[in-house]
Amino acid sequence: MLYEPLLFEISTPGRVAVALPDLDVPEAPLPTEFLRREEPNLPELSELDVARHFVRLSQKNYSVDSVFYPLGSCTMKYNPKVNEAAAAKPKFTATHPLQPEETVQGNLQLMFELQELLKEISGFAGVCLQPAAGAHGEFSGVLTMRAYHLSRGDTKRTKMIIPDSAHGTNPASSAMSGFTVQEIPSDARGNIDLDALKAACDDTVVGLMITNPNTLGLFEEHIEAVVQTVHDCGGLVYGDGANLNALMGIVRPGDLGFDVMHFNLHKTFSTPHGGGGPGSGPIGVSKALAPFMPGPIVEKDGDAYKLVTPEQSVGAVKAFYGNFGVMVRAYTYIRMMGAEGLRAVSENAVLNANYMRVKLQDTYHVPFNRVCMHEFVAEGNIAEGIHTMDIAKRLIDFGYHPPTVYFPLIVHEALMIEPTETESKETMDGFIEALHKIAEEAKTNPDLLHTAPHTTELGRLDEVQAARHPVLKYQG
Amino acid sequence: MKFIPNTDPEQAEMLNAIGVKSIADLFEVVPESARFPKLNLPKPLSEMEIMAELTAMSDKNADTFHYSAFIGAGAYNHFQPSIVGQMISRSEFLTAYTPYQPEVSQGTLQAVFEYQTMVAELLAMDVVNASHYDGATAIAEAAIMAYHVSRGKRKKVLVLPSVKPNYRKVMRTYTQGTPIEITGDEDPVTDLAALTAMLDSDTACLVVQSPNFFGELEDLRGLADAVHAAGALLVVHTDPHSLGLFTPPGEYGADIVTAEGHALGSPLNFGGPYLGIFATTNKLVRKMPGRVVGQTVDTNGKRGFVLTLSTREQHIRREKATSNICSNQGLNALAAAVYLAAMGKNGMRRVAELSYHKAHYAAAEIDKLPGFKLLTTKPFFKEFVIQCPKPVSEINRALLAKKIIGGYDLSHRYPDRTNQMLVAVTEMNTRQQIDDFVAALKEVA
Repeated sequence: MLYEPLLFEISTPGRVAVALPDLDVPEAPLPTEFLRREEPNLPELSELDVARHFVRLSQKNYSVDSVFYPLGSCTMKYNPKVNEAAAAKPKFTATHPLQPEETVQGNLQLMFELQELLKEISGFAGVCLQPAAGAHGEFSGVLTMRAYHLSRGDTKRTKMIIPDSAHGTNPASSAMSGFTVQEIPSDARGNIDLDALKAACDDTVVGLMITNPNTLGLFEEHIEAVVQTVHDCGGLVYGDGANLNALMGIVRPGDLGFDVMHFNLHKTFSTPHGGGGPGSGPIGVSKALAPFMPGPIVEKDGDAYKLVTPEQSVGAVKAFYGNFGVMVRAYTYIRMMGAEGLRAVSENAVLNANYMRVKLQDTYHVPFNRVCMHEFVAEGNIAEGIHTMDIAKRLIDFGYHPPTVYFPLIVHEALMIEPTETESKETMDGFIEALHKIAEEAKTNPDLLHTAPHTTELGRLDEVQAARHPVLKYQG
Repeated sequence: MKFIPNTDPEQAEMLNAIGVKSIADLFEVVPESARFPKLNLPKPLSEMEIMAELTAMSDKNADTFHYSAFIGAGAYNHFQPSIVGQMISRSEFLTAYTPYQPEVSQGTLQAVFEYQTMVAELLAMDVVNASHYDGATAIAEAAIMAYHVSRGKRKKVLVLPSVKPNYRKVMRTYTQGTPIEITGDEDPVTDLAALTAMLDSDTACLVVQSPNFFGELEDLRGLADAVHAAGALLVVHTDPHSLGLFTPPGEYGADIVTAEGHALGSPLNFGGPYLGIFATTNKLVRKMPGRVVGQTVDTNGKRGFVLTLSTREQHIRREKATSNICSNQGLNALAAAVYLAAMGKNGMRRVAELSYHKAHYAAAEIDKLPGFKLLTTKPFFKEFVIQCPKPVSEINRALLAKKIIGGYDLSHRYPDRTNQMLVAVTEMNTRQQIDDFVAALKEVA
């Protein structure tokens, strides 16, 4: 099923896919000095050309609907189809963001109720739905922390503390907010090193950005002490909500004393990843931080819903109100699951991860080996000359999407596995068996791993050449 | 349970393998005082029930299928061919993650490469990245990039007041923790010549939008030379649909081009998900924020595609990255690729022509009405400003009763512009709709 051409290579001058209506008004003169001299070289195709091209391209992808996709930290759970039907309702999709508020009360009601649901799940006093992705939520949350400190005349705070296991977005979001980053090591059990944290905490600290469970999949064993230590020096605690799928109905970050957290609706709340977005990264904040959130947010005034910007808001982080279409999907999911359902989600996500951990730990070394949450990190250097990348590429031959590789950075040759609650024991057993088989092959026939994948149209791609001699558009 | 396949016996088997008695045992690490809170959420609903509820909720909205709409101001009601929705709903696209494993992501990667190519053609730019959250965040990141290109030496970002007001707000939000100063737009009458006169050795970039917020085409001829002579970069924000007819920013010598691309294949969606388009030159590509797909070869020398230039990005460079962006608007970029492939060269020109002529017809007809006046005097694309005889909010309320969503009330963001309405017309507005709109304006005035 080899299919290689680019759109431009199947274009035929004069072909048309879309017919538009005739002009039904008189022509107006065109301002000649502004006219484009040369038409853009866009392809000319029939509708069938376009359909066949993109269907064939789609078939080159692995996806949750086609294969097990245990990509750690990404929560690749099944995306219920009802979410898509809900978000596709024309009375949602065909509404303009600047219509009078009285004509979009349905949209505003959904947003208001989603804010309330997220508050209840997380234990925060305020929620802003505007950020479009996790990293965007981080940036919004960090700006909110900054505004809070400044409002108190606390201008010395310029340092963000970030554990060495954190996602790269944490330091990047802090830097965009004008802060320096101090990295804190992890201890032997995969927790934040509490002594190092204490030593770093002073009156220049903005706060701590913590992922809990962290990127090793481990719940911070001294979470109360960590939060207390940061608060004692006047800092705030930012929770990276990428791993919230482990915590729903288990514990609320707001109850643990977190001051701000972002949600990843496209992870925890089952909205599809779309091959790289759109996501949605709302933030939840404590009562003290609520006046500083980005905005607008939705408030209820009697029976009417209205858009309101918090009084001391850091401002808008997006042109309008956030990725509304993604909010519809997440709202649908939460309403279908309810409280018991969400708790069952987290329980089963954690059960599945622990099951896979114990089934694999004898073959793939698990460096911080204790009861994990929704994911765990093993190591891929299982035999002489074998690397995590070899394991990952060989898994493709077995029909699985590889786990997250080489992250977190504190584990050498990391393989980060997150099954999610939507996978059956049967599927996990198949994957476990494949990993055991690959471990055997690593000893008996290592070349099979080094040259994998063998079942895809393309072998390993030359990423060095791509970066050294960038070809970023079709060259003709 | 729905969406959770494991049965009780299977759970018991797994607990046994782990060596714990119950699922609760897995959570002993969680502080006991906060463990297992009772969540006060509404009772779970079946698919039938939630869909009925959402139908009732969405029925409270007025939508552009049942109302004729003349509102734009940054979000536009353009035609979306059926093939776009059908293609992007393919599970293989929809339920994949960011293409980290290229051998099993060639579909997404090639589509993004095609998106980059087609948008680069439209803008006449060298390089287009894989997307930003929307036009506002793209323009904010453009300002930050210009500052970094100057290695932090130039702190001033000059912005025309005719750049969309909410975009200027987002630029200020984005830069509030940095030394970057967004300026030039304080006086609403500042024009391009006046802004150009403000260029100095502290200016990182000059930001202009064309067609601007009021729909007018800015005359960008010679601007890049003046900006470059001052050692600054030229950032142009544009409307991709205008480029079916008008000179692309690349030909004017722009260094960075941004645009709101939602109307290329994504519905209005109450403001999101949208598509932030970001383009630059080969010279500046290593300072560019965002993901980008590049062409390469596999071990057998066959053409393939990968995410590339990742040493600019947060997962490698952490606090030194060009941006914190990770997940972007991948599916909207795919929608734009399908849209541009389907519309093709002729379709893009035709949409621009239809929008242009219909907007000019509407403008001329409204200008004839007693009490109304067309205020736009410069060449414009699909949006124009009219002076109304009474407050726009009042007029719009009356229009709603006639199933018409009127234009944007400019007094919201420009207090001096009382009774001024920004009207948008696209190929979606039939002559009948326009005539009805004009008649309704006459009546309500």
